Amino acid sequence: MAGSNKTNPTTTLRTGITPPRWLLAELTYACPLQCPYCANPIDYAKYQSELSTEDWKRVLTQARKMGAVQLGFSGGEPLTRKDLAELVKHARDLGYYSNLITSGYGLTEEKIVQLKEAGLDHIQVSIQASSQELNDHLAGTESFQLKKEVAHLVKKHGYPMVLCVVIHRENIHQMPEILAMAEELGADYLELANTQYYGWAHANRDLLLPTKEQFEQAEQIAQAFKEKVAGKMKIYYVVPDFYEDRPKACMNGWGTTFLTIAPDGAALPCHSARDLPGMDCPNVKDYSIEQIWYESLTFNFFRGFEWMKEPCSSCDEKEKDFGGCRCQAYLLSGDMYAADPVCSKSPNHHIIQEAIDSAKASALADNEKPLIFRNSKNSRLLS
Amino acid sequence: MTIHPDHPIKFSPMHRLQWEEAQQKDVILYPEGMVELNQSSAEILKCCDGTRNLAQIVSDLEQKFATTGLTNDITAFLEVALKNGWIQQN
Repeated sequence: MAGSNKTNPTTTLRTGITPPRWLLAELTYACPLQCPYCANPIDYAKYQSELSTEDWKRVLTQARKMGAVQLGFSGGEPLTRKDLAELVKHARDLGYYSNLITSGYGLTEEKIVQLKEAGLDHIQVSIQASSQELNDHLAGTESFQLKKEVAHLVKKHGYPMVLCVVIHRENIHQMPEILAMAEELGADYLELANTQYYGWAHANRDLLLPTKEQFEQAEQIAQAFKEKVAGKMKIYYVVPDFYEDRPKACMNGWGTTFLTIAPDGAALPCHSARDLPGMDCPNVKDYSIEQIWYESLTFNFFRGFEWMKEPCSSCDEKEKDFGGCRCQAYLLSGDMYAADPVCSKSPNHHIIQEAIDSAKASALADNEKPLIFRNSKNSRLLS
Repeated sequence: MTIHPDHPIKFSPMHRLQWEEAQQKDVILYPEGMVELNQSSAEILKCCDGTRNLAQIVSDLEQKFATTGLTNDITAFLEVALKNGWIQQN
């Protein structure tokens, strides 16, 4: 029973460029929550326009034809889009495996049933903390009880239940309670996402970055739990790269696997890419996904290894981590071509230690500055 | 985890098995992940329809591919599949 010998029509189309597999559809920047580590860009408020239903359907169709199969409906809060069920149905008809990435805010039982009938495969509910007080504080809205109800309803209607908790200094001490909550809610998958310091999280880093001791203790608890629930619950643990000495293989390599479409139609190799200088991201209203993926300057920008500087260009690990994250290199060192400062080989690695020291000093200060919440007012103030 | 010889085996409703035209292969899809299957693994999983037990699956596949002696390979693969949650037995 040998494998198929047929050639793959998509990969032979443009030599050396793999087609997209994962599509993240950021339907809107509108969100009832105000999480201070939101992955949306700081200046999101200036992007007022949203793609139409027909634009989204065309994008889904074109990307699917190229080979995209995993689809995330995200935002903002995707439930604020009135055409969500219509887009879910279109995605199912095309053969996508689709995921609703939601705060749970606005997810009624009726909506859960409607989306199931439309063909939604799973729902990822985010919870900010294991206690009502902290959850509601971080979310900037009263949402804790509602999120727990939503988690029960997701299970009740036969979806795999994916619980996502973003971990940072404000909630890392709750790790045992967070794990107990996931077990009580019957999560099939638990994503423990140590905060990645981009966008709003970058602005709030002094208040969010845990100490090494806090991180190690929490990781130990999570690892023990992982063994305990093996076979019942799958844990995705997103490591905090500030405490690693090699960078993450960001996006599995630029323009190799992931395609993000922002609410206004900008096509991005990762959801922070539009923050890079001179990165004039192509819009799906002007080009097809095929043109964008294979021909655009943006998607070709960091493909391969030609763009690299030392120490990356001669590094024997460059094929493993691609020099790390371009957005993080730019955010921390001001140079998007530089090695990700997370790497201990980077001449900018001291920036990481400085950030850790700064966060520690902030935690010890008598009057720590308050968190900046993600809302349109702050977005306009900061951009 | 071992396969119960008498109980029927069914593909997990929490996963999806589908043919991917662009990749020219069958894949298993689940939250945040995808497993690419070779042809033999895909053929075995397609038999896990909740009506057949291990012996019936072996016999059907041996007949379909005009061969014998598949019991060990199929059992080993189904144990991996069970451990990964791709299939279920009551």
